[in-house]
Amino acid sequence: MTSPHGARPTPEAYLKAHATPEFAELRSRFRRFSFPMTGVFLVWYFAFVLCAAFATEWMATPVWGVINIAIIFGLLQFVSTGIITWLYMRHAKKELDARADSMRAELETVQR
Amino acid sequence: MRAATAVGSDISPAVNLGMFLVFVVITLVIVLRVHRKNQTTTDYFVAGRTFTGGQNGAAIAGDYLSAASFLGVAGAIAIYGFDGFLYAIGFLVAWLVALLLVAEMLRNTGRFTMADVLAFRLRERPVRFAAAISTIAVCLFYLLAQMVGAGSLVNLLLGQQDGLGQSITIAVVGLLMVVYVLIGGMRATTWVQIIKFGLLIAGAVLMSAWVLGKYGFNFSDVLGAAVDKSPEGSKILSPMGQYGKSTTSKLDFISLSIALVLGTAALPHVLMRFYTVPSAKVTRRSVSSAVGMIGLFYLCSLVLGFGAAALVGPEKILAAPGKANSAVPLLAYELGGTLLLGFISAVAFATILAVVAGLTIAASAAFAHDVYAHVIKKGNVPVEKELQVARITSVVIGVIAIAGSIMAKNQNVAFLVALAFAVAASANLPTILYSLFWKNFTTRGAVWSIYGGLVISIGLIIFSPVVSGSPTSLFPDATFAWFPLANPGLVSVPIAFFLGWLGSVTETGADAAKFAELEVRGLTGAGAE
Repeated sequence: MTSPHGARPTPEAYLKAHATPEFAELRSRFRRFSFPMTGVFLVWYFAFVLCAAFATEWMATPVWGVINIAIIFGLLQFVSTGIITWLYMRHAKKELDARADSMRAELETVQR
Repeated sequence: MRAATAVGSDISPAVNLGMFLVFVVITLVIVLRVHRKNQTTTDYFVAGRTFTGGQNGAAIAGDYLSAASFLGVAGAIAIYGFDGFLYAIGFLVAWLVALLLVAEMLRNTGRFTMADVLAFRLRERPVRFAAAISTIAVCLFYLLAQMVGAGSLVNLLLGQQDGLGQSITIAVVGLLMVVYVLIGGMRATTWVQIIKFGLLIAGAVLMSAWVLGKYGFNFSDVLGAAVDKSPEGSKILSPMGQYGKSTTSKLDFISLSIALVLGTAALPHVLMRFYTVPSAKVTRRSVSSAVGMIGLFYLCSLVLGFGAAALVGPEKILAAPGKANSAVPLLAYELGGTLLLGFISAVAFATILAVVAGLTIAASAAFAHDVYAHVIKKGNVPVEKELQVARITSVVIGVIAIAGSIMAKNQNVAFLVALAFAVAASANLPTILYSLFWKNFTTRGAVWSIYGGLVISIGLIIFSPVVSGSPTSLFPDATFAWFPLANPGLVSVPIAFFLGWLGSVTETGADAAKFAELEVRGLTGAGAE
C-alpha cells in the first residue's frame, strides 16, 4: 500500500528522520503546546465540576439580574474551549505545518 | 395531564411522517447516487478520504449530537435546571482532547479503526482483537440507547404507551440504517450526517431565536420566567438540583464528568470520521469546525431548555409521555404548533438515524477490518471479501440492534449512553494515548488496559443501582447493588490507566524502532495514506 503523496519511507529512513534535530524540534514544539494546554483545560474544567458539586452556595451568587456565577462560569467554559481551539490552530499553522511538510516531502522522495 | 392529551390529540401524524419521509427520500437519493463509487475498502469505510474540513466538521457534529444531546440535554435543563447544562459543557470541552492529542496523529498512523494505531507498534492480533471487542461493545450500547429512544419518541408523538408503533419505528430506523450503510458505505453515512446536522442546527437556532424573541432577546428574562414557572424556584439556576442529594450523588456527577470529557475522543464512530479526509491538516480543520458547530448547538440547548421550562413548565413536561425528553417537542408545539412539532420530530428521527448509521459502520469496520481481515486471515484477504464481511456485519449488527431494542423498549436505557462514554474513556482512551505518546508501552499493557477497562466499567454498572436495588432499576426487585454510583468512570478510568502502565512495566521488549516510526509518521504524515 503506497501513500498517494509519495513513496512509503523505509523503516531505516524513519529511524534516521527520528534522530534528526529537525524532528526533535517539531516534536518538542507539538508537545510543548499540546501537553500543558491539555493540563490547563482539564484543571479549568474540573475546577468548574468541583465548584458545581461542592461550592454550590458560592456558584448561586447572583451577578447580574438572575444570572449567577454558575452560569457565567459555565459560559466561560465555552469561551475557553473556543480560545484554546483557536490558539492551537494558530500554533499548528505557525510552528508545526511547515516543519512537518518539509520533513514529509524529504522522507517521501529520498526513497526508491 | 394536559400535555399528554395536547400532544396526543392535536398533532397530525401525517405532518410528522411527511417531513420525515422527505428526509428519508432525499438521503436515499444521495445514497443511490454515491453507490457506484464504493469499490475499495478505503471507499467503503472512509469515503475514499475525500471530504473537506467543513463537510467533515458538519458530519462529525451530525455523528456526535445524538438524541441524548438534542432531546436529553435541553430536557434535563428544563426539569433540573443548571445540572442539564453541566452535560452540555462536558460534551463540548471533551473535544479539546481530540483536537490537541488524538485526531491528527490517529489520522496519520491508522487506516480505518482505532486498532490500526495500536497494531502499528504492538503485537497485531491480540491488540486488534481487544480493540475490536471494546469498539463493538461501545457501538452496541450506544445503538440500543438511540433506537429505544426512537421508539419512545413515537410514544410521545402519538401520546400512547407501548404501542405497536414503537416496535415498528425501531424496526424502520434499524432497516434504514442498514440500507444506508450497506449501499452507500461511509460516503452515504457522511451525507446523511451532514444533512442531519443542517436540519438540527436550523431547528435549534430557529427555536432559540423564537424563545429569545418572546422575551425581548434578553436571556436573563428567559431565566426569570423559568424560575417563576418552576416549583424549585431560583434553585434551578444553581448546580446540584439533580445531583445534590448526597455526597454519593455528587461523586456520581464527578464520575460522569470524567467519562464525558475523556470518552468523547475515544468513541469509535467519532474516531473513524478523522480518517475521512485527505490529510491530518484537514482532520484538524474538521475538528475545529466541529467544535464551533457543537458549541453553537449546546448554547441553543441552554436557551431551549430554560425556554421550555418558561413556556411549557416542568410539571407539564414531566406529565407527558417521555418526560424530560418531551421538553423540546412540547416547546416546538407551544411555539409553532403542529407544523413546527412535525419539523422537530423529523429532525429528531434524522438525528437518531445519522448516529446509528455512524455506529453501524464503525462496528462493521471493527469486525471486518480488525477481526476478520487481520486476526482471522492475518492480513491475507482480498478487498471484495473484506467488503463482503463488512456488509454482512452491518446486517448482523442491524438485526441485533433491532431485536435488542424491541426487547428493551420499555426499559429505561438512558444509562447506556453514559455507559458507552465510560467504556470509551476506560477501555479505549488510555491505550490510544499510551500508544501515541509512551515509548515503553507494550502489548500486555494494551490488552490489560482494554479488557480491564471494559470489564470493570460494565461490571460496576451491573452492581450499581442502575441494574438493581432501587425503584428505577432495570430489576427493581433484586438487590445486588454494592457499587453506589451509576457512573463507573471515577473508578474504571484510573484503573485502566494503571493497568496499561502495569502491563507495560512487567513486560520487556517495547519495539523502540516501531515507536520512532509511529512518532515520525504521526507528526509529519510521511507514509500516511
